[in-house]
Amino acid sequence: MAQSQTWRAYLLTDTPTSRRHAKFSALYKGWLSFRGNTMAMVGLGILVLLGLIALAAPLLAPHDPFAQELGNRLQPLWAESHPLGTDSLGRDILSRLIYGSRITLYIVGLVALIAPITGLLVGTVAGYAGGWTDQVLMRITDIFLAFPRLVLALAFVAALGAGIENAVLAISLTAWPPYARIARAETLTIRSSDYISAIQLQGAGALRIITKHIWPLCISSLIVRVTLDMAGIILAAAGLGFLGLGAQPPSPEWGAMISEGRRFILDYWWVATVPGMAIFTVSLAFNLLGDGLRDVLDPKDAE
Amino acid sequence: MSMLSVENLSVWFGGGRDRVDAVKHASFSVGVGESFGIVGESGSGKSTILRAILGLTPDWSGAISVDDQPITKKRQKTFYKIVQMVFQDPYASLHPRHSVDQVLGETLYLHGFRDIDARVVQLLDDVGLGSKFRFRYPHQLSGGQRQRVAIARALAPEPKILLLDEPTSALDVSVQAEILNLLTDLRAEHNLTYAMVSHDLSVVGHMCENLAVMKDGEIVEIMGIDALRNNQPSHPYSKELLAASV
Amino acid sequence: MPLLDVENLWVKFPSRQGVFDAVRGVSFTLGRERLGIVGESGSGKSMTGRAILRLIRPPGIVTADKISLEGDDLMLKSEKEMRAVRGQRISMVMQDPKFSLNPVMTIGDQIIEAYRLANKSSKSAARIKSIEMLEAVSIRNPERVMRAYPHEMSGGMGQRIMIAMMLIPNPDILIADEPTSALDVSVQRQVLDIIDKLVTERGMGLIFISHDLNLVADFCDRVLIMYAGRIVEVCDADKLRDAQHPYTRGLLNSLPRLDAPRDKLEVLKRDPAWSEAPSVSGRV
Repeated sequence: MAQSQTWRAYLLTDTPTSRRHAKFSALYKGWLSFRGNTMAMVGLGILVLLGLIALAAPLLAPHDPFAQELGNRLQPLWAESHPLGTDSLGRDILSRLIYGSRITLYIVGLVALIAPITGLLVGTVAGYAGGWTDQVLMRITDIFLAFPRLVLALAFVAALGAGIENAVLAISLTAWPPYARIARAETLTIRSSDYISAIQLQGAGALRIITKHIWPLCISSLIVRVTLDMAGIILAAAGLGFLGLGAQPPSPEWGAMISEGRRFILDYWWVATVPGMAIFTVSLAFNLLGDGLRDVLDPKDAE
Repeated sequence: MSMLSVENLSVWFGGGRDRVDAVKHASFSVGVGESFGIVGESGSGKSTILRAILGLTPDWSGAISVDDQPITKKRQKTFYKIVQMVFQDPYASLHPRHSVDQVLGETLYLHGFRDIDARVVQLLDDVGLGSKFRFRYPHQLSGGQRQRVAIARALAPEPKILLLDEPTSALDVSVQAEILNLLTDLRAEHNLTYAMVSHDLSVVGHMCENLAVMKDGEIVEIMGIDALRNNQPSHPYSKELLAASV
Repeated sequence: MPLLDVENLWVKFPSRQGVFDAVRGVSFTLGRERLGIVGESGSGKSMTGRAILRLIRPPGIVTADKISLEGDDLMLKSEKEMRAVRGQRISMVMQDPKFSLNPVMTIGDQIIEAYRLANKSSKSAARIKSIEMLEAVSIRNPERVMRAYPHEMSGGMGQRIMIAMMLIPNPDILIADEPTSALDVSVQRQVLDIIDKLVTERGMGLIFISHDLNLVADFCDRVLIMYAGRIVEVCDADKLRDAQHPYTRGLLNSLPRLDAPRDKLEVLKRDPAWSEAPSVSGRV
């Protein structure tokens, strides 16, 4: 008990004694703030669970997700050894769901890396440099913003063949413009602050100012935006999968599962609905997480 | 032998029909080790003059010279080793995500110092904060403490001239007294030259030896501090300003 | 009976580190006089003003033995009943008109709205009254101002418009929270003169909250000096120079003065005893 008391005092202190101490202290206080938000913790919990499931898929899945049992097609929920039933080729839906979580996380992870980082780069450079650079970069952003996601995905499929990586690329290419706009708007606000003037007066160059002074301030709103966009990204991937443009059969991607179950929706509703519920839950979790993060990250900004 | 001299300085924003002349033909000079005040109401252009000297305003004409060297349109890096600024709003002049240590450390690094740790500790002592404050973030500091950090940052490159833009107007009265005393001490210890902008005549009366009165972008009068204290300004606007302050 | 009687007012804010007491046991009365409340930031002076109007929202907790307006205890009123008090019996003018006037409505619309909330009246009658009120605050071209938007007005005009808006319902008490702090020195005088004229003409009570000790001493009849949520001293405005409490003396001495130049200003040494001593009563 005494040990945890001193840990708490160490982390909550107002007078940190080193850089690392200060960082840990700030993180801990942010965590305490986040922990107070029940809904956000629920979101985080679901996502942690998702991560664990994806990690332990081979241990958790009762059956091989690709094993077809044509004699056992379209079994209902709570069928023996198939808690969530089987699909049109007799494959266990639960196992497919579990393995599909890996694909979902893969897509989400890739897009979350590519889109915001590209947006941050373009937006901050445009916002800080101003003038022609700003105009050119923003017009490029507008062009990408105008692309309908599906048309781009179709173009990629036509050129490079269908597949999950191409789907991810298509989604990322249409997802980065909003981040560029957010980053640019924040940069324009920050640029005229006294603390930026102060560092300019120390002879700092544009690179240092953008990376060390502007990025730390933009990152929190980007993080919040990413988590709120996650839902849309999963659904976009699911949509592409649904159209056959993303994950290819027999891949257990959730959107593709919905597509396969579409034909049976009236009589064997669970085949499409169960993966749909999974998508819904994960999207909701990301939304809750995003809300909670915004409450933690933004109010301190307003300080 | 002036430390800072400004001749016929004009600063404007925008062009053509939208042009706003913030400063019109201002001239004054500050000797070595002197403390010079610039007073006026809001919109008089007093802060703009400081920003122009620092190169923070792109459109200006006239001549500015520092330490008897005229300065060019683009500031050299050496310029910032001689002239530094303390901004008005302590709540806006520190980066919200950087600790005090980072702020001072980065400044020292950019000016080419390498014994950063020792200098950071020294600077914090010089401004009356201890090393207790070294790793705090701005939101963990009071207004007066933030202003001390801003002063420490300005002192880090060992400048000769400090430009002070209303350094205490955002602070409480009791904190103002501490900061003004600190500035007085620092000026004596490091033989600094000050150019201080304020709307508060009694602060300028306390800190400065000479002052310029500005109205609508023009300097209407330059007077010594005794003239202010004995209520002998010449220009009618200066008289008005003085009358309204007491 | 005094106009306003505040007894044992406490304002508390629960936080992760415990409960923070912004106002601690403040008591005072207000007659048809000008009462100044002076303090630095964190002294609780603005909180006191807001607490009187019950403007402090949860998690803030406001308790008092009573806050009685001409015998009517405001602490016992419901939110709906308070709405009939705010603006109509007690009004508040705040520091920066940029933030207290609605930027998307014309000034005329806002004043008319303020008037019609207090009185049943037609729009045209309200309009006439609004123009009268603008003239009363020395605005020379009231018609033009009625059509204009707040951002088109200078600070001083904005503040005068605010005063017009707050006084049009004819309240008994005006609480002015740093009304001139955001204004230039020359304009401050004008605004203070207008407040002076209106408060005297209408026989109102005025609570003037400020950090500027000299300004308050000049303008008010009685002064309460607050520190760390408590009242540390009460005195008549013309006797301020003879103030006893070390905090007040410290504040007076730490101001730079043109007529008394010194090398160093006196720095206030904060004595923890000041915040521990009980609040001095400002009741008459």
